[in-house]
Amino acid sequence: MSRQAGRGTESKKMNSELFTLTYGALVTQLCKDYENDEDVNKQLDKMGYNIGVRLIEDFLARSSVGRCHDFRETADVIAKIAFKMYLGITPSITNWSPGGDEFSLILENNPLVDFVELPDNHSSLIYSNLLCGVLRGALEMVQMAVDVKFVQDTLKGDSVTEIRMKFLRRIEDNLPAGEE
Amino acid sequence: MADEALFLLLHNEMVAGLYRAAEQGEGENGRCTTKLESMGFRVGQGLIERFTKDTARFKDELDIMKFICKDFWTTVFKKQIDNLRTNHQGIYVLQDNKFRLLTQISAGKQYLEHAPKYLAFTCGLIRGGLSNLGIKSIVTAEVSSMPACKFQVMIQKM
Repeated sequence: MSRQAGRGTESKKMNSELFTLTYGALVTQLCKDYENDEDVNKQLDKMGYNIGVRLIEDFLARSSVGRCHDFRETADVIAKIAFKMYLGITPSITNWSPGGDEFSLILENNPLVDFVELPDNHSSLIYSNLLCGVLRGALEMVQMAVDVKFVQDTLKGDSVTEIRMKFLRRIEDNLPAGEE
Repeated sequence: MADEALFLLLHNEMVAGLYRAAEQGEGENGRCTTKLESMGFRVGQGLIERFTKDTARFKDELDIMKFICKDFWTTVFKKQIDNLRTNHQGIYVLQDNKFRLLTQISAGKQYLEHAPKYLAFTCGLIRGGLSNLGIKSIVTAEVSSMPACKFQVMIQKM
């Protein structure tokens, strides 16, 4: 068996494949459980949201990034630190709206869709919708309400994957009833 | 380069999501464990293919089990299986004293009744891995005190 040097990078690659394969199995199972793509999309978004609200804690603990002062800083942190840390890619930030409250993340390659092909009868499935939920959930925990959606997807034939993020409003710091 | 935390969160959310859907009557009741196990099976099959692409042929069944305990487990859970026992007649018991998917749940007997939900996927993972290495098996798990657990592999003679 090859020793340490090879094993290190290989095991990192294997881990991303573990995640990719698990995600694929999940989407397949959801497609079996729910008849239409819309329900699957919604379920993926909900699960992503639940993951996001926990992921943000892990992220903040590991990265020791301070509070972002505006949406541009948030965009930078998401693309350059968060995506790099969890998915090993650095999407580029483009298409800022004139008001500075909307931008696009362009992913040259999306690790979630390695080995994936969308069959014809699932054309309205947003395969990576989990990501939208994760981003939405994570940002909600840092007091930002955002709208996240895919506008381009390599699985559907586009050249890149594009995620559009729009800042809706700042969430006020009140504890929901029943907490604490 | 997906982080370990991401897989852990995804796995826990899968378990929670499936059971939540079953409660609301959307899935079939009581089939959640089967679904998780079959998801693990597919993932195990895929992973083992990628992983053993360049490795040498395995000498025998025991060699394959040792591979699962050392390299496979290290890749997936960042540690090796702590103890492998066999009766040399097709039954293997893999013991992990600090199973990664259970460490965050409890350290002892609390929530013991929920532990099987979190083991189903991994049972499938082992079964799928073995299946693509040419071994048909049945894999079950038992927990007496978290985070230690035992996976029992029964080789089925074809």
